[in-house]
Amino acid sequence: MSNAAKIMVLHGGLLALLFVLNFTLPAYHHGNLARIMVLASFAIGYNIMFGYTGLLSLGHAMFFAAGMYGMALTIRHLGFSPAPALIAGLAAGVMLSLVVGLLALRTAGVAFMIVTLMFAQAGYLTILLFGTWTRGDEGFVIQQAERILWGIDLSDPGSRYLAALCLFAACLLISLQLVRSPMGRVFIAIRENEDRAQLLGYNVFRYKLMSVVISGAICAAAGAFYGLLFGYAGATFATVQYSIFPLLWVLLGGAGTIIGPFLGVLFMFYLIDLSSGLTTAYMLIAGFVLVMITLFAPQGIAGEVRRRIWGWLP
Amino acid sequence: MSQTPKTKLTFSRRTALKTLAAGAGAATLPLWARYAGAQTSEPIRIGFQKHATGIGASYGRWYDRTSQAAVKLINDGGGINGRMVELVTEDDGTDPKRGAEVVEKFATQHNCDIGFGTLFSHVVIGSAPRAGELKIPYFVVSEGHHVASGALNRYTLQPGITDVKSQVQAMAPFVASNLGKKVTMIFPDFAFGHDHRDYFSAAIEAQGGEVVEMIAIPPTETSFTKYFPRIPRDTEVIYHVMVGPAVLTFVKELGEFFGPSRPEIFGFIDSLEAVDMASPGLEFLEGTYFWEGNPRYAQADQTDYDKTFRAAVGVDDNGASVSDPKDVSTYAHMFGCWETLHVIKAGMEACSYTGPADRALLIEAVEAMTDMPQSTAHPQGTKLFNGKTHQVFGPQYISKVTNGKLIVAHTAGIEDTLYPDEVDYTTQSF
Amino acid sequence: MDFGPFLMLATLEGLVLAAVLALIASGLSLVFGVMRVVNVAHGEFYMLGAVIAWWVTSAVGGSPQLAFVAALVIAPIVVGALATLADMTILKRLDYDPERTIVATIGLLYILQQLTLMTYGADARPVVPPFNTRLALPWVELGDNGLQLFWPWGLSITSYKLFVIGAAVAILLVVWAMMTRSRVGLVMRATQLDSETAQAFGIPVERVYAMVFGIGAGLAALAGVLIVPIQQAHYLMGGDALLLAFIVVIIGGLGSLPGTILAALLIGLSDGIISVFFSPTLAKIIATLLVAFVLVFRPQGLFGTRPA
Repeated sequence: MSNAAKIMVLHGGLLALLFVLNFTLPAYHHGNLARIMVLASFAIGYNIMFGYTGLLSLGHAMFFAAGMYGMALTIRHLGFSPAPALIAGLAAGVMLSLVVGLLALRTAGVAFMIVTLMFAQAGYLTILLFGTWTRGDEGFVIQQAERILWGIDLSDPGSRYLAALCLFAACLLISLQLVRSPMGRVFIAIRENEDRAQLLGYNVFRYKLMSVVISGAICAAAGAFYGLLFGYAGATFATVQYSIFPLLWVLLGGAGTIIGPFLGVLFMFYLIDLSSGLTTAYMLIAGFVLVMITLFAPQGIAGEVRRRIWGWLP
Repeated sequence: MSQTPKTKLTFSRRTALKTLAAGAGAATLPLWARYAGAQTSEPIRIGFQKHATGIGASYGRWYDRTSQAAVKLINDGGGINGRMVELVTEDDGTDPKRGAEVVEKFATQHNCDIGFGTLFSHVVIGSAPRAGELKIPYFVVSEGHHVASGALNRYTLQPGITDVKSQVQAMAPFVASNLGKKVTMIFPDFAFGHDHRDYFSAAIEAQGGEVVEMIAIPPTETSFTKYFPRIPRDTEVIYHVMVGPAVLTFVKELGEFFGPSRPEIFGFIDSLEAVDMASPGLEFLEGTYFWEGNPRYAQADQTDYDKTFRAAVGVDDNGASVSDPKDVSTYAHMFGCWETLHVIKAGMEACSYTGPADRALLIEAVEAMTDMPQSTAHPQGTKLFNGKTHQVFGPQYISKVTNGKLIVAHTAGIEDTLYPDEVDYTTQSF
Repeated sequence: MDFGPFLMLATLEGLVLAAVLALIASGLSLVFGVMRVVNVAHGEFYMLGAVIAWWVTSAVGGSPQLAFVAALVIAPIVVGALATLADMTILKRLDYDPERTIVATIGLLYILQQLTLMTYGADARPVVPPFNTRLALPWVELGDNGLQLFWPWGLSITSYKLFVIGAAVAILLVVWAMMTRSRVGLVMRATQLDSETAQAFGIPVERVYAMVFGIGAGLAALAGVLIVPIQQAHYLMGGDALLLAFIVVIIGGLGSLPGTILAALLIGLSDGIISVFFSPTLAKIIATLLVAFVLVFRPQGLFGTRPA
């Protein structure tokens, strides 16, 4: 089997498996997986910048929140229906990432981390500042009646799961296509050696900006879906914590792999969920596992698989 | 559930105050009694959403102790409908995302009958939609106005603790007539603080007073002195409310700022909940006033109910743990867990609850409740429940710091806390 | 309050923040400068300093002064030893790879927070300051009889806050002397410039790293001890401190100690002074964006010379 075929089988197989699981999983894990797929889309968006272009951002919560609030505020205050609201969320993410990219890409390395972190912090405080409309940290509920997309009630477990799967499949396929496209190759070239990419005549700044915008758009889509599917928008999702999460997920699952973000979210979610059942000190277990993973699986789960078994993994 | 007999209760609140409608509620629902035969010996499982980690952890610990004590009391008395009660505790991390996941876990993994607990408004608001979708009754002890404002759904109820709106507006008459008319408000710059800002400034204006300055403190702040110069010189009363780990710093720096010449100070005990009044730097609070949901120090006219409550939870006369006098409880809020669990018991008994199939009946039974007289089940005081808004109303206490202790100076009655209904959840379908 | 006294108060408060920040950040800067790793758990070392100070002062009892001095000595040593241990058991095995170190120190952060929560608890606990006199401050005003001194309402500082500023200056002077005048400092600087060459010249780079990590953590712990009589020890206090310290280090230019201290002053003072002019949350937003724009238009930091 050619590598391209293997790639198709693996990723297509994952999507098919997730589809089948819709009908077989018990209710609790069914609900969890819907969440995981949306969060994995968030992580996929992060991975495009971090894993493939080598840009470590500490502010991705702002893109997730931009999508979430772009969607939720237009529903709440402008009476949008879900489809245009989702587009509003996506547009908010694209615009924000364009502005942030134009400014932050003037810096590199640790300064880039801080600049993104600062922009995200300013975004979080802005949500609080406009508390009259956003209800600040408390957030607000998007009522069931406002969550009916083309006649489909997204609060129903089955349709929620399938909507999450659609989003995840779209993000997965887009990122798969992207990294094998000429543009994706340039992203990787920038990650490996920015000076060389520049010497080869690529407009590095423009490619990096593209990467930021694509990443921001995917994260905003994830944020908009998260708010819509689970009926809540709140400032918590704009805090630093939610900028750290995608970094962790991607590093755990394997930076610069297509399937890694999903594995990272899945692993982290069940790590917290299962260990919280065993002990109240689940943070201790989570912390310990993180340390162990960096010691013994430094490339992340998918990265280790690629290093040891499947060298073809994209 | 649509064929269940709906009870139509009409009552005026004032007359209802004088009746024992918890019992009356049960009496109006005779048809439900037929479920009584279907009892099982399985325990009733109550999912307890606990702030075990995150910024709410001080509250979570005491909410846990109070809930465990209430469950023990209920079980010692024979449980509910002859079944034992079991608390299934999960940490929500004081995070709305995890909170919603925990509610799912209660409903679909732990097979809980109901969900219960939690204080911080954002966790409640993040979790409530999932409770509504999963059709699991969700009893919150949050004191937020979110339930009564109509933002949530029919499955979310707050029968054990009063909400911010009623607490705040009940303070205005006392402040205006005893402390002063020109008020400077200091509050956290997020939704909880904004509720204080909006409801109190409206209420004080109705009393002929005015808010001369509003100082909103950003939530990430750890030092406060630099904000105090904004307090105008003609301020007669400072109204403060603060939450989170930095509360003690806030109050201490307020004292250092004013030094020997302070205006009158009125605060919400949230600013010092779980903090020892004898902490260094708090001496200046002598003679100032606090709202208390439930008086932390045992008062001279302490009821037997309060005595029972303190003993059961393990709290001494100073509101601290009996095993460690430095371990101060969240006394002004945690009674809500105790009272909520007793409301759940009364509701389940009224509808002869047998299992998850009766969840809608349970909600209707609680909605039918009105008066809850002061008793062991309601040690904080007599309550009035509004079935339409799913919110309970009760007395509010104003205490003066006297010799380092909080002594009740004024009790605002239920009448002072009422406001027009903003929602009627009973019109929503299950 | 009038504008002048308000500004003075904001400046004094800003100085206290700057003093504490300079200590935390110089620890972080030292670690980053020498080892080239970002220690995300640095804020937790600050938190541990405060928590241990609470433990020591409640265990010692007696006079608050004695208890506080004991805390000043014990907390940095314990925290420094803990950090050295973490370096030898974890970071060394990661070969100080920057990305893996970030994840590992996030893990460490969870572990330290949870252990503190389980042993110390969720409450914010106070420590009695060794001395704490409220000092009212005068202000001048042009009145009918020329310049007049008067005492504005609320314009004051406490003796302890002044002490914090002084103590931070003293500690930083010691650190500076150590780095520039001692053999240890020379070895550290050599390792910072080129660790491979340093190794070739017989410098035990691994031991230097462990020591630097320990000293960095010790500085954060010292800051924790100094702040705890003003603010309380709480198991989540490390997060905001880390953020601020991180900003200070970057603004100051990586690994530059004088730059770090200047940046701490800048951040501390601007935090106080911007709040004079704008509503508090808006002031925070402006201060945050200012930091971002400084970096956007001067990526090497205000005082750095090399690109970051």
